Amino acid sequence: MKLLFRLFSFILLVGLFSRPVLAETLTIAAAADLKFALDEIVVLFSKTHPSGQVETIYGSSGKFQTQIRQGAPFDLYFSADIAYPRALKEEGFAASEVQPYAVGRIVLWSPSRDAVKMTLADLADSSIQKIAIANPKHAPYGKRAEEALKAAGVWWKVEAKLIYGENVAQAAQFVQTGNAQVGIVALSLALSPELAKQGSYALIPDKLHQPLEQGFIITRRAAANPLAQEFASFIAGKEARTVMARYGFVLPGEVK
Amino acid sequence: MESAFSTADLSAIWLTFKLAAVVTAILLLVGTPIAWWLARTRSWWKGPVGAVVALPIVLPPTVIGFYLLVAMGPSGSIGHFTQALGIGLLPFTFAGLVIASVLYSLPFVVQPLQNAFEAIPERALETAATLRASALDTFFSVALPLAKPGFLTASVLGFAHTVGEFGVVLMIGGNIPDKTRVVSVQIYDHVEAMEYASAHWLSAGMVVFAFVVLLALYTLNPTGKRK
Repeated sequence: MKLLFRLFSFILLVGLFSRPVLAETLTIAAAADLKFALDEIVVLFSKTHPSGQVETIYGSSGKFQTQIRQGAPFDLYFSADIAYPRALKEEGFAASEVQPYAVGRIVLWSPSRDAVKMTLADLADSSIQKIAIANPKHAPYGKRAEEALKAAGVWWKVEAKLIYGENVAQAAQFVQTGNAQVGIVALSLALSPELAKQGSYALIPDKLHQPLEQGFIITRRAAANPLAQEFASFIAGKEARTVMARYGFVLPGEVK
Repeated sequence: MESAFSTADLSAIWLTFKLAAVVTAILLLVGTPIAWWLARTRSWWKGPVGAVVALPIVLPPTVIGFYLLVAMGPSGSIGHFTQALGIGLLPFTFAGLVIASVLYSLPFVVQPLQNAFEAIPERALETAATLRASALDTFFSVALPLAKPGFLTASVLGFAHTVGEFGVVLMIGGNIPDKTRVVSVQIYDHVEAMEYASAHWLSAGMVVFAFVVLLALYTLNPTGKRK
């Protein structure tokens, strides 16, 4: 008992005193499609801002919007659908303008078959039993996937095969584990080192769906956080744009 | 506000009850022999087996979800087996959810049953044996009736715990209407889509359900009295 007590006290003390009290911290909530690209950008950012600590949390854009409304401690919010940060801005939750940072693309991705020449019409094929997409109800990539399937006229043929990931990364994971044969996922995920070595992809024509215009805001709670401002400028800078372009994002002010 | 529950909500409610009913039935069949063995055995294995049965109480649902997803997938052992049987793969199917829920709710059925069996006086069983009742007869005519309160508790807890499942379903369910979109997941989706009114209706329904179930259990099965 005494030993246990000492151990706890020790852990408590270490916890209390080892925290750098004055370190600048930044918590970023980001859409799941940014998983790999933003991780790289954060590494680059940390090199130029060694005193700052950046935490990134990935999930569905809709979830983060709800959480920010309820006071979640996020300093920056990167949404895969610019409509979400726009709504937050209108409601007074933003400390910055809504800044577009990229336009995303959706792709057909599969590790088990050659997806390079695959089209949406091929999804009706009986050899494909399960197709993973993000949940259209609150994940922007899921919404666009649904729009594309409808525009291609195959929705009613494939609806029964669809399985819904909580966000686009979970949809990709369903395919990666082989539990679905094909997924409609973000190009940025298909181009990530992890997925690129496992499968192939085909771009879905972007005229089949609304553009995946993505935007970010600095949240109200970070209004006085200089690190948030610095990260916002860093995202618009050359280094970050190079990374984003490598992950297949079309950047603001660029013609495809 | 329009009607309280949408068709999607009603289908989620129906699916949840169907899942819980099937799982409870299976758990009573599977759990009874396990509980009986755990209650009666003097084997060295009692400790390890009891611990394995109790694992889901301690483990995060994500651990169960992750291992099941991998094991039931095309390169997993269960996946190989089900494919060889021609059933196909289990993740994102109702059957897959049933298996996951059976594992997840196992301790909630086995432990009350084990307690009930352990409370049966040895004399009652010995008396039955002197009256030349077979072991099976003793079990059905003596042990089962004496353990009735245990069965009630086990059924209610197994059912209610399955209704309350979320993490495992989110990981291996795939959110398919009528197959894997249970009430807990439906509530999560409502909240994420900011449909708070719908989320409220379902959530309040769950609170009422849970309260009524537990109240019924405590009223019908008062503990600490009449042993």
